[in-house]
Amino acid sequence: MTRPDLSKATAPVPADGRPVLEVDDLHVEFRTRSGVVHAVNGVSYSLTQGETLAILGESGSGKSVSAQAIMGILDSPPAVITGGGIWFEGTDLLTQPEEEQRKVRGPGISMIFQDALSSLNPVYSVGFQIGEMFRAHRGMSKKDARKRAIELMDRVRIPAAARRVDDFPHQFSGGMRQRVMIAMAIALDPRILIADEPTTALDVTVQAQVMDLLKDLQAETGMGLILITHDLGVVNEVADNVAVMYAGEIVERGTVDDVFTRPAHPYTDGLMSSVPQVEAKGGRLQPIVGQPPNLARIPSGCPFHPRCSRRRLGAEAAPGRECSTDVPPLRLVVPGREAACHYSEEVLGVRAQ
Amino acid sequence: MTDQQQADLLHDEVEAGTTTGLASPSVDVTKERQNSLWSDAWGHLKRNPLFWIGAVLGLVFLLMAIVPQVFARGADPRACNLSNSQQKPSAEHWFGFDQQGCDYLANVVYGARNSLIIGLLAVLVILVLGLLVGAVTGFYGGLLDSLLSRLTDIFYAVPFILGAIVVLRSGFLGRGVAAVAVALAIFGWMTAMRLVRSQVIAVKSSDYVAAARAMGASNGRILIRHILPNAVAPVLVYTTITIGVLIAAEATLTYLGVGLQRPAISWGLQISAGQSLLRTSPHLVLFPSIILTLTVMAFIMMGDALRDALDPRQRA
Repeated sequence: MTRPDLSKATAPVPADGRPVLEVDDLHVEFRTRSGVVHAVNGVSYSLTQGETLAILGESGSGKSVSAQAIMGILDSPPAVITGGGIWFEGTDLLTQPEEEQRKVRGPGISMIFQDALSSLNPVYSVGFQIGEMFRAHRGMSKKDARKRAIELMDRVRIPAAARRVDDFPHQFSGGMRQRVMIAMAIALDPRILIADEPTTALDVTVQAQVMDLLKDLQAETGMGLILITHDLGVVNEVADNVAVMYAGEIVERGTVDDVFTRPAHPYTDGLMSSVPQVEAKGGRLQPIVGQPPNLARIPSGCPFHPRCSRRRLGAEAAPGRECSTDVPPLRLVVPGREAACHYSEEVLGVRAQ
Repeated sequence: MTDQQQADLLHDEVEAGTTTGLASPSVDVTKERQNSLWSDAWGHLKRNPLFWIGAVLGLVFLLMAIVPQVFARGADPRACNLSNSQQKPSAEHWFGFDQQGCDYLANVVYGARNSLIIGLLAVLVILVLGLLVGAVTGFYGGLLDSLLSRLTDIFYAVPFILGAIVVLRSGFLGRGVAAVAVALAIFGWMTAMRLVRSQVIAVKSSDYVAAARAMGASNGRILIRHILPNAVAPVLVYTTITIGVLIAAEATLTYLGVGLQRPAISWGLQISAGQSLLRTSPHLVLFPSIILTLTVMAFIMMGDALRDALDPRQRA
């Protein structure tokens, strides 16, 4: 988008390349009547200004829960953050009082959700809800807030914003609703935007428009973007780096190009081979066999081992690398690439050091 | 850069054709203020004839309750002359006379006060009890919710009118206006409580509350902006309709002989007294019944209109 950011100067970019957000060994569990569900088990990642990090994983892999932990919107009980830290611009949010955390949300970190219709309050016009950001955080008057809401709706390319500002959420199409959500989320120029499956509920053409919009907004403001999705195509298009999650852990991390072309973890490998290819017309897809693990009973050792085609059990395993008993740590496999597999080198096809 | 400069820059770009946004810039503030839920609802309510009919009727009955002298055409409801007993309506005495020879128009008009006081008082108690118990159980949940919800179920098990009859017959509260109102409220608050509770639970866990929290809204703001408007609207509608139902229930109780007692003036008492004379003087039942029906209707119509206005999804 060639139009400059009209609302205000973009957030200052830190001179050093230090991460804006660092998630450090985050643990989240849900204490339910039927047992403890370990949703997030030691997830770490960081995000710098202007970076797009995709968090990829199937349903129940803990990708949304870790984002909700960052935003402080976990329902607790039953959810409990049992360990780790969430560092935003040098302070650990988890040790801050609730009031301080609240001040970060909105201006610091913001979030958009999968279902825009249910994420908008049905009884208020969209303009009022966007304006609410300015009234709540900046103490703006109703008149100014309305003006800014129209500007923002323009900025997220909602046609005829001035006429539609008083319409209600149910009067918008799915794509337009998601734009309204995005307008609310970027209203205060957050340093980081978390997009939790922003395009899952939309059809393919609208998906592309919304992703383009997010990319353009990111280019304008330099915000960091965490994209939570299970859509490999979207990740490939917009993300710089990708973290693949399985059973509440990150199993592989690297740049999108690297990870997608040469996976270092059998799970990522399986994901890639389950994508339909135009060239392979007529052939059979190779799905990952089995079911995602029950997070209340995560398999011992490598959580992926019951479904893994490359697992080595008993005598055929190297010492200390038995897949069903030894937990593989997330380790550097080749420069710029980390994977949590005992046999990543084999998956990757390189010789172990 | 000032706002004006930015606007100019945008304008230049559009003229030059260098902007590529899908939407043409349309920043023009057509209205001074942003609409809130209530101003929107009012704007919608204003255009609803149902609301106006209800409001005008309600206002008439309210005035009747406050200054009955004006409506009674100068007649005193207690100045009776037995020689006028059961006279038919005439140009001089619009509603005729009752068995005791009292002006019936004055009696019916003076009856509005008790009916309205009982209706409004009972609904106030219902609203307070319903909101309080409903909000507490919905918001905190857990053991407190279980206890209070079971308590509500116990009250539900007692039929509304039967419960009120038992309370009034027991004599704890006496038989005055306040006693009848409280007796009706005690057995009528549960639906309001359930409405509030279910709304609070639904809204509390809704995505837009999560979204508001994710964007840094405080608890107070969430309560005021999200939970209350969504929870109050149905209850407000319910209570408006309930005023009518309560006024009818008061008449029922009085008719059954457990509500107000003479010498109090009430529509229930008049209908009750008139029924034995229905064959000879049907107007004694007809007039209080019509007025009672109109009052009940006025509140139900307002409630209906309010429901339409408070739910943006119902609007065309």
